[in-house]
Amino acid sequence: MNLNATLFAQLTVFFILGWFTMKFVWPPIMTALDDRAQKIADGLAAADKAKTDLAHAEKKASDELRKARESAAEFRTGAEKQATATLEEARVEAGKIIAAAREAAEGEAAAASQRAKEALREHVAQLAVAGAEKILRKEINAQVHADLLSQLKSEL
Amino acid sequence: MASGTESAPTAGEYIVHHLAHLTSTGHKQEAVIDWSVFNLDTIFWSLAMGGLAIFLLWRAAAKATSGVPGRFQAAVEILVEMVESQAKSIVHGDRTFIAPVALTVFVWVLFMNAMDFFPVDLFPRIGELFGIHYQRVVPTADLNGTLGMSIGVLLLCIYYNIKIKGAGGWIHELFTAPFGNHPLLYPVNFAMQMIEFTAKTVSHGMRLFGNMYAGELVFMLIALMGSTATVAGFFGHVFAGTLWAIFHILIVVLQAFIFMMLTLVYIGQAHEAH
Repeated sequence: MNLNATLFAQLTVFFILGWFTMKFVWPPIMTALDDRAQKIADGLAAADKAKTDLAHAEKKASDELRKARESAAEFRTGAEKQATATLEEARVEAGKIIAAAREAAEGEAAAASQRAKEALREHVAQLAVAGAEKILRKEINAQVHADLLSQLKSEL
Repeated sequence: MASGTESAPTAGEYIVHHLAHLTSTGHKQEAVIDWSVFNLDTIFWSLAMGGLAIFLLWRAAAKATSGVPGRFQAAVEILVEMVESQAKSIVHGDRTFIAPVALTVFVWVLFMNAMDFFPVDLFPRIGELFGIHYQRVVPTADLNGTLGMSIGVLLLCIYYNIKIKGAGGWIHELFTAPFGNHPLLYPVNFAMQMIEFTAKTVSHGMRLFGNMYAGELVFMLIALMGSTATVAGFFGHVFAGTLWAIFHILIVVLQAFIFMMLTLVYIGQAHEAH
């Protein structure tokens, strides 16, 4: 329990060791610890970011899908409407054509009937004239009675 | 042992011999205080343990990576973080020197205390082979070793007092704290401050010294049991030695930790105005 100069040696060593640790031990270890903490923080942040990015991407994909589906539906509706319109148009056109054809046919038929009537009338007139001629051959001159005959023809 | 050729030493002689330092003068120090004497054994083992401590720390620091740490690096990191968190909670200010000092003190004192775990006769016997007849291997069981460190802490306290508060501010505090700013109270305040600084430093060094000295003494007494060379003595030595060594692990680590914590507390007090 004696005090002697060992005390000063110990005192000096105390400061030298403390200085050494401050200079060569503490900074590298603290740097390593801080760097690692930073790395871990970065990693966690990146993981978080990836998670939100994934959620964003999923939302975007579903949005796109929904949009595509909507536009397809729209497209189909449009196509259907157009098809209906085209069909209707065609139907109307066909109706028109049919009506026109019918009209034309009717007109022609009427004309034909008219012509037939004319021909028949002519024929009947001739027959009548022929008959009458045969009957009246002896007593009536055809030239003299031509006016009478044509008048008769027009009345038929 | 000097008396080895003549006859076996008595128990008293054995203890006294083991408590004698290897001094620079070659004989036992007579005066209580003699600044011309060095305890060579204390200086040697203190330097050896300090060198080992900072070598291990330096090895860990030199190879420190911010990637996945090895086990050794992780162990040192745990230690560093423990000291750093303690320093941060106690010392409010610049810790660039204080925290490393606390780490050094902890590891150094731990290693010096741990010299107690070697058999009490191992190093003295090896020393005798080389003609060294006196040797004490636990530097912290030497009052010079512990007071040397606690005075180092005192100097740091004074340095930080002046650095933080300025020379004038500190002197002002010496005379006005703890009782108040009144001319009549100046002497009382100053006396209280001096007592405080002395008590801190002496108790800081004495606490560690007392624990380690007592621990060493108990190891010697246990070794005496074995030296009786009887069956009872042998088993007594094994049993008591094991028990005390296991208990001493606690004391060694605890005293190193307390010394470090008090270092931080005293330096932390220097940062705070009364």
